Amino acid sequence: MADDILLEVKDLKVHFNVRRGIVRALEGVNFTIQRGKTLGIIGESGSGKSVTARAIMRLLARNGQIVNGQIRFHQRLRQDSAAAMSNVVEITELHPDGDIMRSLRGGEIGMIFQEPMSSLTPVYTAGVHIGEAVRLHPLRKVTTQLEESLQVHRQISQNEAREIAVEMLKKVGLPRPDQRVDSYPHQLSGGQRQRVMIAIALSCNPSLLIADEPTTALDVTTQAQINDLMLALQEEFGMAIMYITHDLGVIAEMADDVAVMYLGRIVESGTADDLFYNPKHPYTRALLQSIPKIGKARGGRLEAIKGMVPDAFSVPQGCPFHDRCTEFMPGICDKIEPTLLPVGNGQMAACLLYDSQVMSEAKLITPEKRDGQQATGKYEVRHGATG
Amino acid sequence: MAQLAEKADILLEVKGLKKYFPIHQGLLRRTVGHIKAVDDVNFFIRRGETLGLVGESGCGKTTASRTAIRLYEATAGEVYFRSRLLSATGAEERANLLTLSKEQMKAVRREIAMIFQDPINSLNPRMSVSEIIREPLQIHHLDKGEETDQAIVELLNAVGLRAEHMGRYPHEFSGGQRQRIGIARALALRPTLILLDEPVSALDVSIQAQTLNLLQDLQKDFGLTYLFVAHDLGVVEHISDRVAVMYVGRLVEMAASEELYSQPLHPYTEALLSAVPKPDPRNPSKRVPLEGQVPDPAHPPTGCYFHPRCRYAKEICKTDAPPLRAVRPDRYAACHFAEELQLIGVG
Repeated sequence: MADDILLEVKDLKVHFNVRRGIVRALEGVNFTIQRGKTLGIIGESGSGKSVTARAIMRLLARNGQIVNGQIRFHQRLRQDSAAAMSNVVEITELHPDGDIMRSLRGGEIGMIFQEPMSSLTPVYTAGVHIGEAVRLHPLRKVTTQLEESLQVHRQISQNEAREIAVEMLKKVGLPRPDQRVDSYPHQLSGGQRQRVMIAIALSCNPSLLIADEPTTALDVTTQAQINDLMLALQEEFGMAIMYITHDLGVIAEMADDVAVMYLGRIVESGTADDLFYNPKHPYTRALLQSIPKIGKARGGRLEAIKGMVPDAFSVPQGCPFHDRCTEFMPGICDKIEPTLLPVGNGQMAACLLYDSQVMSEAKLITPEKRDGQQATGKYEVRHGATG
Repeated sequence: MAQLAEKADILLEVKGLKKYFPIHQGLLRRTVGHIKAVDDVNFFIRRGETLGLVGESGCGKTTASRTAIRLYEATAGEVYFRSRLLSATGAEERANLLTLSKEQMKAVRREIAMIFQDPINSLNPRMSVSEIIREPLQIHHLDKGEETDQAIVELLNAVGLRAEHMGRYPHEFSGGQRQRIGIARALALRPTLILLDEPVSALDVSIQAQTLNLLQDLQKDFGLTYLFVAHDLGVVEHISDRVAVMYVGRLVEMAASEELYSQPLHPYTEALLSAVPKPDPRNPSKRVPLEGQVPDPAHPPTGCYFHPRCRYAKEICKTDAPPLRAVRPDRYAACHFAEELQLIGVG
């Protein structure tokens, strides 16, 4: 159903001007987020996960710019919620500090970041200092931040804002919310700060919550609490979540759909089940094999991916993964850059193995046909069956 | 564990180790209390094995491991280490590290190396790779000029770097390569024991796998014993023969990894394991509810430190702190009810 689409990102390219030249941080990113669902974005450092989030929020650093593509946000028309009427906002055409973008950011699109101490930053109060995100003064009360967010986006009085703030803190499971509302960030633990961040992000009832490595800085038991909380709140508020992480375990737990990023491109996307049980792209397969899996991790060797992620100025020609790939086809993968193609069941992969035109020209057989003949499915067996 | 101490295969044995940090307050900086970062910790490591030390941030795993090799001075306790360098004959001698003189300790330092989490901050940016690896040899007056150059090349090869990297500086390397330089430096003095403190947590997933494989190869090739401190339970399970779990400065459980992961004996281990997200959307981890937060080590609860969060806690847990004891051969747990509880593991 097209009506269910909340966010569409099409062929998004973001470049940064640095002293050494241009960093092509995003090179044609495509994905959609369904209303009320969670899209997990996974990738190693430098893959462009966070840049994607920042581009959607129009919070790119000053030397970065969107050079191509669309970010279409399907806005709810609040006055008529029964009919599925929506107004499509083209985010790339908005002024980053304009009124519409500012009402979206923190209003309809909430965001939480990795480090809750330094990111307790109500970016949406940026209206005060145009072009500059207001850094959180360490001695500002939690309540002030929450209330500010509410006042800016819902235009309500300070007293009402405080009431809602207490209610939100209660919802995110902070003990004694009526007292905690007057706490300063330094008086809270890491997990509590992340709860406050979530309260701020959800206080304006966003339809999209962007969570950029929200639990990476937290301990595993706190991470479990925060992720469980996010799932419970998603059930209650019905917001969609774009969950960015490098942790495959967290993705499996949180996401309905998953997009795998490598060097500024989406190399594979599909449902979480497909990605984990039927990965198509050699990078996704390699990533799944390279992690120790708890409960059956003892001994043996890990199947490491050879080499390392190249730096932004030496991205290889053709497929950016070809020099680390076990399925490398000389003369093909180092010449042709693959595009994201359907590989069945709504799953997509950017790998020339699945490009039947390229493969037939090269007189090679695609993995589907190969698997059909030999029924090997070696990757699926190795990862999935024992799961 | 007294009878174990006599066994020759125990390379390091830690007994009743304590490390308290004073809390100063007021104008006169009076000591008003202590943070019991490490509070009566007992463990041992067999020769050639890897002991994983896990726990959440602030549990004291780093402090415990560093106090055990006397990087911090202990408040109390004994640490027995089998050293080859204390006697003139080169015969092995079991010595308490905490009572050794400065000179003796310096000799023993050659046998104990360390690998740190952050490969960027643990390498001097002004030193070339060959200088970094040579430095420990110089400190111990073992630098033999050209012979050492050859040894450095061999070390670089052993960790997957090349001779041409010798003249380069840390900033020219990626995170994974920097960690390899740190590993080569740790191997320079041919240690028997290596303390690895979160050695792969700063690395990307694909580099983490390469580094773990390298560490396993080196352990075999160089006959190393590892004390592996980390918070990632999957990584620790993968690399460790045995695992010890810490909570608020105390060891709550120690066992062979398979047993600890599949059948924990302490409720905290159970909760910790259940919190780890599994990379498998069809079989998500079944959470054991764990309410509240890790207590402040300056004001820990009475009795068992875990009792306010423990779903099996009874009256005795509020008053009596359970010691770490052998519940079964080679299985240690600090819980009053370790024999009775049927706890759920992973896998």
